[in-house]
Amino acid sequence: MTDASQTAAAPVPLSARLDRVGVVVALIAIVGMDWQPFATLKPNRLVSGQGLGLGSALPTFWAAIGIGILSLATILAVLRTGARLRLATGIVSLLMLALLIGLVPAHVVPPDNSFARVSPGAGFWLMALAFAVLTTDAIAKLKLGPLARLLLLAAAIAATALILGSGHWDGLSILKEYATNADKFWREGRQHILLAVASLAAAIVVGLPLGIACHRHATLRGVTLPVLNIIQTVPSMAMYGLMIVPLGLFAASFPIAAQLGIRGIGTAPALIALFLYSLLPVVANTVVGLAEVRRSVVEAAEGMGMTKHQRLMQVELPLALPVILTGIRIVLVQNIGLVTIAALIGGGGFGTFVFQGIGQAATDLVLLGAVPTIALAFTAAVLLDAVIELTERRRL
Amino acid sequence: MIELDHVSRRFGEQLAVDDVSFAVERGTITVIVGTSGSGKSTTLRMINRLIEPTSGTITIDGKDTTAVSGEELRRGIGYVIQGNGLFPHWTVARNIATVPTLLGWDSAKIARRVDELLALFSMKPEDFREKFPHQLSGGEQQRVGVARALAAEPGLLLMDEPFGALDPIIRAKAQEDLLAVQRRLGITVVLVTHDMEEAIHLGDRIAVMDGGKLLQYAPPAEILAKPAPGFVAKLVDGADRPFRLLSLAPVSSIVEPGTAEGPPILETATLRDALSELLWHRRDALPVTAADGSTRGKISLSNLVAHAGGAA
Amino acid sequence: MSRLIGPAARLSALALLLALVLRPDWFEPILKPFTENNAPAIYTQSSLLSLTLAHLGLVAVASVIGTALALVMGVFVTRPMGAEFLPLSRSLVNIGQTFPPVAVLALAVPVVGFGLKPTLIALVLYGLLPIFENTITGLKEVPENVVEAARGMGLSPQQQLFRVELPLALPVILAGIRLSVVINMGTATIGSTVAAKGLGEVIIAGLLTSNTAFILQGGIIVALLAVLLYDALSILENRIAKRTGRLAEVAG
Repeated sequence: MTDASQTAAAPVPLSARLDRVGVVVALIAIVGMDWQPFATLKPNRLVSGQGLGLGSALPTFWAAIGIGILSLATILAVLRTGARLRLATGIVSLLMLALLIGLVPAHVVPPDNSFARVSPGAGFWLMALAFAVLTTDAIAKLKLGPLARLLLLAAAIAATALILGSGHWDGLSILKEYATNADKFWREGRQHILLAVASLAAAIVVGLPLGIACHRHATLRGVTLPVLNIIQTVPSMAMYGLMIVPLGLFAASFPIAAQLGIRGIGTAPALIALFLYSLLPVVANTVVGLAEVRRSVVEAAEGMGMTKHQRLMQVELPLALPVILTGIRIVLVQNIGLVTIAALIGGGGFGTFVFQGIGQAATDLVLLGAVPTIALAFTAAVLLDAVIELTERRRL
Repeated sequence: MIELDHVSRRFGEQLAVDDVSFAVERGTITVIVGTSGSGKSTTLRMINRLIEPTSGTITIDGKDTTAVSGEELRRGIGYVIQGNGLFPHWTVARNIATVPTLLGWDSAKIARRVDELLALFSMKPEDFREKFPHQLSGGEQQRVGVARALAAEPGLLLMDEPFGALDPIIRAKAQEDLLAVQRRLGITVVLVTHDMEEAIHLGDRIAVMDGGKLLQYAPPAEILAKPAPGFVAKLVDGADRPFRLLSLAPVSSIVEPGTAEGPPILETATLRDALSELLWHRRDALPVTAADGSTRGKISLSNLVAHAGGAA
Repeated sequence: MSRLIGPAARLSALALLLALVLRPDWFEPILKPFTENNAPAIYTQSSLLSLTLAHLGLVAVASVIGTALALVMGVFVTRPMGAEFLPLSRSLVNIGQTFPPVAVLALAVPVVGFGLKPTLIALVLYGLLPIFENTITGLKEVPENVVEAARGMGLSPQQQLFRVELPLALPVILAGIRLSVVINMGTATIGSTVAAKGLGEVIIAGLLTSNTAFILQGGIIVALLAVLLYDALSILENRIAKRTGRLAEVAG
């Protein structure tokens, strides 16, 4: 980590006092603050709008405070400072941005105008990106343990919930979009999670025993893994499409299936497609995890008189657990993303808003679908990463 | 007593163990020695039926090992392997408790037994109980491995290259520990190694195997003095053979009456140690003492040399 | 996972793909039963060949750009000069991969409009992540003593990188590229929802008009194309890995 230039004589050169990541963060933040609109004001939902800088989007007092704090944060980012201070700087800046953006609607829209829409502009997003990068870098450099990371995640969720609950953002267009879709939002949200989790559960129920069987029988392994690999390679839209045909035929030939809701389109083909995608990571990671258990450990278990079943349950599976969980993490994150596309075949989920939004060229509607999807996937990833790390702790 | 009677094991085309018969006396250490591929590990693993013999029978105390299920048999026999095979996700205490738990002992009895064994291997129970294997040194892991194998008080302990992964100093210590524990508990031990030195040091009897065949089965002194021609002779042949032979007998075995000048030697020391002392102090004889310091006589160079040769 | 499919299966899959794309009318009798109300069984809005070429072209361009960017970034963060960015890069790759491709696509639309552009952006951004990740992993996995030996023999940092480190990391990097191409095939298909020209168009048309024949046609072509491409890249990767004397452990 030592700089070649640092060996030079007395006054430390500027380059050594600057944090390189911080310089990038600052450049993004400065472009966002000074050259891009902080918010966009549109006369109604669909037409394009006009950009507002920090100065014109906010009351003078708040604009001054915002510019002051964000500039200070930018300077702190550039200087070589401790990771804890950088983490605090990043979090405070993000909270500041969250606070400021919520103040815009009341300032720029007359109270009796219910058509005008205020949404975060490129400047807001750039600054959010910059300080999110600063926060991420600080977290990575602090090498936080799993529990600390979970705590941060919980804090982030709590802060978001608090802001949303307080109504501070209610004037923003994405929340206006939510307000008109509130019932549907929660319905599609439930459907989204249901599809992602149910297909994962099915994949675990089938994939875990299949993985164990593959571990024990090389021939089965040689057939199963390539087939699952091919399935995984098929693009999701094609997969969803191809599911329609057999299920449609099935429903046509067995009316009782159709009465149960099994049709070519809808939840059933989405679930099956997701299940098929989920199998490979679960099976492959079970096989790898079991194969990685040291020979001597398995042999010791056998030598002490454990039955095959006891060996599997008490020794092999617990030791393979982190690798199996990694497969489950891959599946869950992947499924949360893939469910979005299921909306195309009537499977529901947040993708419904995304594709409706694309169809109507309504950005806010796209965001209403995309943002919760990303938040869900991100939460699942952080959560499972922490769990995996906790289970890895006691390994040789 | 363990008896192997015309035991063979075939893997496909290959005869890994070829018509091996020998008997192990209760309370002794038998070492099976050979190169890799000699069939020594296969032979050991047939005793606890990790591998089933293709033909022949194995009895323990007169009972055919196939009379009970493999699992039941193995729960009654201690088993230690190279690299210890400790379960990395369990604490030391839980590792040691493996077989007692399988046998359904009650928890108080298991806890007592764990502490007893840790103490036996000079590890403070309160320090070691809750540790995980990765928190132990190589030597400690090895000792826990042996303690685990002894947990259910088996009369027989099978060890497959138990000291193979240890560095020389820890290895010597582990060997001494094993000898001490074996003497104290009076258990029967069958140990596999590729190291003739180790075999001579530990074994009451040595079984030399090569190409699946048992070539010679005899006490170490006999193996050294009268090796079977061919492989065994080549194995024990070498410049230090006299010293190996001397290392087998204690000073007390050739102590003579009389006195001598110089630093005294303990009667429990090996003849090899005595030779070393005699040469180092440039003496023809040294006094021999007992552990309590009382004089037992002397040991002379000429007498010692007479014991160091092979068959005349 | 050296070869996904045997030579015979590979050839028949290729033949089927070519027939589907070049002579779609051959399949009319098979597909006809899947249509209703006398709807056409074969997609004729654009020629399937032109859609396939557009699809492959989009993936190729995105993969080349993505690979170039990812390689430069990957090399940069593993040099002493870029070391400060390494922990951040790893985190960003991790976070980036939790973004669903369709979200990246949808979010690009408001910024650059409909059509090819958002699709290309989504493909490049999302596709470079596995390559970047594997470039870092591959370069970090080069044994220290090999680099040390190269240094000891007087190779300059550039020579070390191009003659020793990159060739040794190549199998892992290639595994990343393969993964990226497969992901891009899928994302390009979804690109049709934002009006990028590609094979997704056929599937979408089928979904919009409830024409199962279109869905089948498009779905099978896309699936075959992806599997064959993946297979071809695996073979290439294996050849190179054998030459470098080690196999890529980081599989897709």
